[in-house]
Amino acid sequence: MEGVSQSSFTLPSDSNGVIRMRDPANESGNSTGGGSSGTRSSENSSSGFSRRAFLRGSSAAAAAAAMVARPETASAQKANQGAEVVSGFKTITLSVNVQKHQVNVEPRTTLLEVLRYQLDLTGAKPVSQDGSSGASTVLIDGRPVMASTTLAIACEGKQIQTVESFGGAQPDSAPVAFVQHDAQQCGFCTPGFVVAARAFLDKHPHATEEEIRQGLNGNICRCGTYANVIQAVLSATKGG
Amino acid sequence: MKAFDYAAPRTESQVVDLLSPQAGHTEIIAGGTDLMGLMRSMVVRPDRVVNIMEVESLRELGPDDQGAIRIGAAVHLDELLSIPYLENYPALGQALRGMNSMQLQAQGTVGGDICVQPRCWFYRSGLSSLVDAQGVIEQGDHRNHAIFGNAGPAKFVSGSRLAPALIALEAEVRLLGPQPDEQRWIPLADLYRIPRLQGQRHTTLEAGQFVTHIRLPAVDLAQGGATSGAYEVRHGEGPDYPLAAAAVKLSFSGSTNGVATISDARVVLGQVAPTPWFSEEARRALIGRVVTPQIAEEAGEAAVLRATPLARNRAKVQHAKVAVKRAVLLAAGLETGGF
Repeated sequence: MEGVSQSSFTLPSDSNGVIRMRDPANESGNSTGGGSSGTRSSENSSSGFSRRAFLRGSSAAAAAAAMVARPETASAQKANQGAEVVSGFKTITLSVNVQKHQVNVEPRTTLLEVLRYQLDLTGAKPVSQDGSSGASTVLIDGRPVMASTTLAIACEGKQIQTVESFGGAQPDSAPVAFVQHDAQQCGFCTPGFVVAARAFLDKHPHATEEEIRQGLNGNICRCGTYANVIQAVLSATKGG
Repeated sequence: MKAFDYAAPRTESQVVDLLSPQAGHTEIIAGGTDLMGLMRSMVVRPDRVVNIMEVESLRELGPDDQGAIRIGAAVHLDELLSIPYLENYPALGQALRGMNSMQLQAQGTVGGDICVQPRCWFYRSGLSSLVDAQGVIEQGDHRNHAIFGNAGPAKFVSGSRLAPALIALEAEVRLLGPQPDEQRWIPLADLYRIPRLQGQRHTTLEAGQFVTHIRLPAVDLAQGGATSGAYEVRHGEGPDYPLAAAAVKLSFSGSTNGVATISDARVVLGQVAPTPWFSEEARRALIGRVVTPQIAEEAGEAAVLRATPLARNRAKVQHAKVAVKRAVLLAAGLETGGF
């Protein structure tokens, strides 16, 4: 690995931004579907069929179709004394979890779409999509930011960190505390909470319970398990 | 989201060059916390988006030669919250802390907040334009709509959460454009207007013009200058938008019997009218008085004396009254917390 992965398929949306999912069952034998490009043999061979492989295959099929219908129009024109105007697709380099990725994006592509649909980092969640839930929280240059309301193209040259980087052999103390305190129920909002908790603890290592309640106000849990979240974050503070 | 062209210029004049003379063609993006949602729901459909976060001069933050605080439009809210000068402007600090979402503070910007699109769920769900000629809002659920300045076809409320505090503190804004060297400073209050015609926006910004800086006049609280406070009435804790807000700046003159009397007051309400709303009535109720809980209450009552609630938002009158009362108490140091 030279540290750069190439990912060329794009978010399958039409010119109005509507995501067009397709059912590959209806496309079997249809050579324009191109569903094989996104499926990975390792996942398919173990169970024969998995939900994620199905979704990836169908979205890649739609992506391929969308690209056929809307050919790459990358035209970056130089104007205004050096201010570059980008229209259509452009290949940019994003630094995610210390690895550089080349991705093909439109100006309207959000960071969340790139992370989930191109880089397969599905930790950040598309819950509210306008940022009101906090479920898509990631760290950009160490600051907690909602990937759903951030343009991918504006993230070039910045260090993006997702919840996936908190795992590994020596996991971050925030997710460990969440596990220990059974901090959440359905788990859909958890990655956003964990990233927000990490950012909060970096800034307030000796936070009180009241400060934690204030600090994690940007995240919403519909199961209502806030009590355990606060205990988890409290235990991860220097005092706890 | 509709497809658009994108540019991230490096200088202010490049920004002006990229703005279109045609209204609605170009949108400026800073933090994106609000605009991205509006573009996703297709309420805002620009052909071009200009990202101003790479313009270094718009990230400026600190005192100028005269001691005034200059704040670039692209300064993040938590950056502003962390500067030491803020303690001379308590109302601004309280307003900033009121936006108690860590992500909103880290991602949102000062310029983005003062230019933010109005709060109106009809407008934001595509059911009405800002100017409600069809009476959709008047007949619908307008519990969060204006109780002041609502005689015309605009019923929305101004969405900025910093504007009341900044206006009370006599902030000015620097506008640049439509020509690259065309700049002027105006009082922040003059940035806002109540639109009367279709297509008019909630600010006086012309197409091709944008906000570059905010300037707060020098204040030294230690030398007995004016003090200030801001309070938001919210439905509950959490990242909710306020139901009503108020910011107050109090100047004191020679004390009688060792107690300072108010020589001047600036009372600005937020989230109650299509613009931040000056209350001359509350100002008059405060001048010449010594701040007590009773006087704060009277200022609140005076502030809503001439409110014109719609059929279903009378509760908002009470919210506005409480906001003014609490802001006065905070400014006078008779009450703490509340954000």
